[in-house]
Amino acid sequence: MSALPVAPPAASVETEPGPLAVARTVASRIATTCLVELQKLRHDRTELVTRAIQPALWLLVFGQVFTRIRAIPTGSTPYLDFLAPGILAQSALFIAIFYGIQIIWERDAGVLAKLLVTPTPRIALVGAKAFAAGVRAVAQAVVVLVLALVLGVHLATNPLKIILLVVALLLGSAFFCCLSITIAGLVLSRDRLMGIGQAITMPLFFASNALYPVQLMPGWLQVINHVNPLSYEVDALRGLLVGTSARLLLDFGVLLASAAVMIAVASALLPRLARG
Amino acid sequence: MTPALRCVGLRQKFGDTVAVDGLDLEVERGEVFGLLGPNGAGKTTTIRMITTLLPAPPGAIQVMGRDVARQRTAVRRLIGYVPQQLSADGTLTGRENVALFARLYDVPRAARAAQVAAVLDAMDLTEVADRPSKTYSGGMVRRLELAQALVSAPQLLILDEPTVGLDPVARDGVWDRIASIRAATGMTVLVTTHAMQEADEHCERVALMHRGRIRAQGSPGELKDALGPDATLDDVFRHHTGNALTGDNENGGMRDVRAARRTARRVG
Repeated sequence: MSALPVAPPAASVETEPGPLAVARTVASRIATTCLVELQKLRHDRTELVTRAIQPALWLLVFGQVFTRIRAIPTGSTPYLDFLAPGILAQSALFIAIFYGIQIIWERDAGVLAKLLVTPTPRIALVGAKAFAAGVRAVAQAVVVLVLALVLGVHLATNPLKIILLVVALLLGSAFFCCLSITIAGLVLSRDRLMGIGQAITMPLFFASNALYPVQLMPGWLQVINHVNPLSYEVDALRGLLVGTSARLLLDFGVLLASAAVMIAVASALLPRLARG
Repeated sequence: MTPALRCVGLRQKFGDTVAVDGLDLEVERGEVFGLLGPNGAGKTTTIRMITTLLPAPPGAIQVMGRDVARQRTAVRRLIGYVPQQLSADGTLTGRENVALFARLYDVPRAARAAQVAAVLDAMDLTEVADRPSKTYSGGMVRRLELAQALVSAPQLLILDEPTVGLDPVARDGVWDRIASIRAATGMTVLVTTHAMQEADEHCERVALMHRGRIRAQGSPGELKDALGPDATLDDVFRHHTGNALTGDNENGGMRDVRAARRTARRVG
């Protein structure tokens, strides 16, 4: 038997961490969890393929048909170009919104308890989950973008824009992942969360600018659109990818603020989830 | 020297149900201590309070002299925890599972690979370390979880029903590893179980818990001798609680039973 690791000296475990140490821990845990997410994707790529079916159908069927019938006025931008960033945001939303189910599964399997017993602040655990959802969303985005290119969508290739696109996807996924964890912390059961997840996902999608311009929406839907973070994500993605006019500062500001608030809320509910 | 674990007047209520009712407990450094009792006795709730998963009032629990309520992060660094359920990530390889916990416990990068390899070797998992853990048997998964708990070199190893659902050979394998860890490191081990025979064979001291309280504690030999010449630990338990080891699940035991069944299903 190899020599087992020796316990650290007592002095190194005496003090509670200060804000700087917590920030370092958060960054370290996010990096660790993102790495683990990539390892999982490497071992099992079937999810990437199966999750690509729905966006492919939206682009191939809905996109092609609505491009031909010209039912949705999108100015000088072809409808398929207009739609592609919306479908990109939708596929990220669908990945992130079911992270709450994963965390309930982790609770039932004892994984959450094991993670909570490590010297990791709750906010770091939730932040790490949020960015792990982002990593999956970005991996999925590559598949959707390749499909869009094949269908003839004109996409930007500017590296800075691609980096900003990744940031927008990460922030949007972080928000929806933490929204899902928050709901999980409230309802505490997988079945209830699946019902709520399905009940809110499509309304979030339809009450955004993913499929049609805001101007076409009735007044009440426009109000919902303005408080829906998915709309800001789509606006940013559309501006970056196909060059439509976008309020990038506002978009990124809203995405950053909403992700930060939702990470804080989900972190506050994590102990309830662990006890539940 | 302060004990590895000290609980004083520990209480926990869930609504009207008292899960832990004024529990006093002391575990000496370096011993294998068994917390015994049927489902619903309050063992898992006690473990959850010790491991910081449930809040504890200041001064009620000390781990290696640190107050669990005030020095939560410090206590977490001292603890290695294996929950009742089989909780390794089946998608990841054994090595990746252990490396994840090395990172979560801030094992320095320079020492990480060697430390991960050492604990995998100690658990006889080196040959299968690069296989996905979903291909492991139940006993191997349990050993993998021990490796995850040991990679941070904890001073107090807490095992919640470590042999539930395992066949006799796998059970012996787990206990053999626990004994060798203890011999190699002098680590304190706190284990919960309702398998009296296992506790009799492998624990130096035990506490019998029932309805949230410690009913008796001492070495298995002392407890048996106090009852009579041919007494077993099962007899000792019945004597102190007036109950069989199973079937008294009125006090919130449903969750434990579910968890045990889930684990049993996963190990096949």
